Amino acid sequence: MSEKKEADVRFSKFGTVSFTSLTKTNDFIDYLEQGKLMGTRCRVCGMVFFPPRADCYGCLSSDMEWFEVAGTGKLVSWSTLRYAPVGFEGDLPYSIALLDYGDYKVFGRIAGDLTDDDLKVGMEMKAEVNHLPNGQINYVFRKA
Amino acid sequence: MGKVAIIGVGQSAFVRSYPGSVRELAFEGFKEAMQDGGIKASDIDASVICSAPEYDKQRSPAGVLAEYLGLNPQPTFYVESLCSSSSMGLRTAYALVASGLHDVVAVVGFQKMSEISSAESQERMGRGADIQWESPFGTMMPAYYAMHAQAHMARYGTTSEDLALIRVKSGTYGQGNEKAVYRKGVTLEMFSQPGTAMSGPIASPLRVGDCCANADGSSCIIVASEEKARAFSKKPVWIMGLGSATAPVNMAGRDSLSGLFVARASAEQAYRMAGVAAKDIDVAEVHDCFTIAEMMAYEDLGFARPGEGRDLIRSKETYKEGSIPVNVDGGLLSKGHPIGATGGSQIRTIVLQLRGEAGGMQVKDPEIGLIHNIGGVGLYGNVTILGR
Repeated sequence: MSEKKEADVRFSKFGTVSFTSLTKTNDFIDYLEQGKLMGTRCRVCGMVFFPPRADCYGCLSSDMEWFEVAGTGKLVSWSTLRYAPVGFEGDLPYSIALLDYGDYKVFGRIAGDLTDDDLKVGMEMKAEVNHLPNGQINYVFRKA
Repeated sequence: MGKVAIIGVGQSAFVRSYPGSVRELAFEGFKEAMQDGGIKASDIDASVICSAPEYDKQRSPAGVLAEYLGLNPQPTFYVESLCSSSSMGLRTAYALVASGLHDVVAVVGFQKMSEISSAESQERMGRGADIQWESPFGTMMPAYYAMHAQAHMARYGTTSEDLALIRVKSGTYGQGNEKAVYRKGVTLEMFSQPGTAMSGPIASPLRVGDCCANADGSSCIIVASEEKARAFSKKPVWIMGLGSATAPVNMAGRDSLSGLFVARASAEQAYRMAGVAAKDIDVAEVHDCFTIAEMMAYEDLGFARPGEGRDLIRSKETYKEGSIPVNVDGGLLSKGHPIGATGGSQIRTIVLQLRGEAGGMQVKDPEIGLIHNIGGVGLYGNVTILGR
C-alpha cells in the first residue's frame, strides 16, 4: 500500500450513495473490484460474519480472515421500490432483497432486469458484483 | 419497590405541518398533560425528552425544552430509540421513580418532520438502519416492512386485502379522533381501483394505503411514585409491566422476516412482570406504521397464533366490540406518526381507556391495556402493560 498519509476512503465507492468512508473492512471494496463478494471469519473462534466485521463479539478477537460468498442462497424476501429516498431517484424502480446461505444471510439488490414476476420466496439465487454508471460498485442477486 | 403510576397525559393535534417551532410544539402536549394531572411545573422533579435526530436543527433539545416548559433547574434526560423513543422515555422515567431518585417525572416526546421533504425524510429513516451495509442499496422504511409483508404472505398466505382491512379499521376510528391527521373513512374499493387514493404502489407489496403519514406532533406523560400519585390523582393508572429488547440492525441478522423478534421478547417480559397473559388484555395500541406491522403485532403479542392474524381482522375481533380491540383511536395509520411523540400518544390513549374517558372510542370497561411501540424496523421494541 502507499506510504501517503491520505485517509483510506475506499468504502465511499460502495453502493449508489455510500454513507461510510473509513472502515477497517475497506478491503471488501478491493475484493468487489476483483469480482468477489467476501465476508469475514474469526481466526480464533471460527464465527462467520456477513456483512463483514473487523471485530468478533464472540471472543473479542480482531484476528479475521476473508472468505468468499460462494454458491447460492434462498430468497428470504424482497421488495420493489416505486419511490426512493433522496439520492436514489435515478435507480427507480429497483428491488432490495435478502438471501439465506445457511450459515449467514446477505442483504442486497436484485439484478435490474428481473421483475416481481420473476421472483418467488425460496428460489435459489446467486450474488454477482455490479458496476454502477456513476463509477460506484455494489452487488446484485441473479437467478441461480 | 413501590408502585409507579401515570397521573397525567396529553398530546398536541398531529398535523402535516405545524405552524410553530419545536419548543412551541412540545408545549402543546405538555400543557394538556399538566392540566390533566392538575399539577404545576414545580411539582416535577425531572424531565425525559424524546425524539429522533435530524428532522429539525436543534441539537441537544432536552435542555432547550426543559427551559421552555418551566422545568429549570430540574435535571433532564434525552432518550432516543427512533419511533419508540417515548416508550423508552417511559421506561427511563419508571426506573427513575422506582429507584426513589425522583418522585414525579415528565416524559415529553416530539417530532417536527415537516421541516424536510418526504424524500429527505425517507433518507433519514433509511439511515435509522444499517448505514454501512444496507443504506447504500437505497433502503427506506416502507421497503423494509414490505419485505416483511412479502415474507408473511409467502409463509402464511396473507393477502393484500387482509392488510387493506387493517387500514379500513383504522379509518373507521380515525374519523372520530380530533387529534388525527387523516380523518376520512377508508374502503376496500379505495385500494382496488387504479388511480384511487390508497392504491398507488410504494414498495411491493405495500401501497399508499398501507403506510402511515409523516406528521408533526408532541405528547407528554406524567409519571409518579405511589405516594405522589395518591396525593395528586383520583384515577391513577398503574404501570404493571415493561418489556424492552433490541435486535441486529441488518436484516441479515434476523432469524425470520414474518414477525419481529423485539416485539415477542418485549411482550414476554412485560406479561411476566405484570403477571398477565395475552388473553387478559382488554384494549391495545400497537405500532401500525404499516398495515403489515399491525398484522405481525397480533401474532407477536399472542393475540393470534403465527399466521392467524388475518383471521382476527377478517372477523373484526380487533374492532371496538371485538374480543381484543386494537388501535381504536385510528392508530398511526390515521393519527400520523411524529416519530418521537408516537409512543406517548399510544400510552395516552390506553390511559384514557382505563379511566373510562376515551369518549367515542371508549371500549367497554377495560381493566388492563397494552402498548406495543417499535423503533426502526424491529431494531428496538417496547411493550408496556397498564392497569387501573
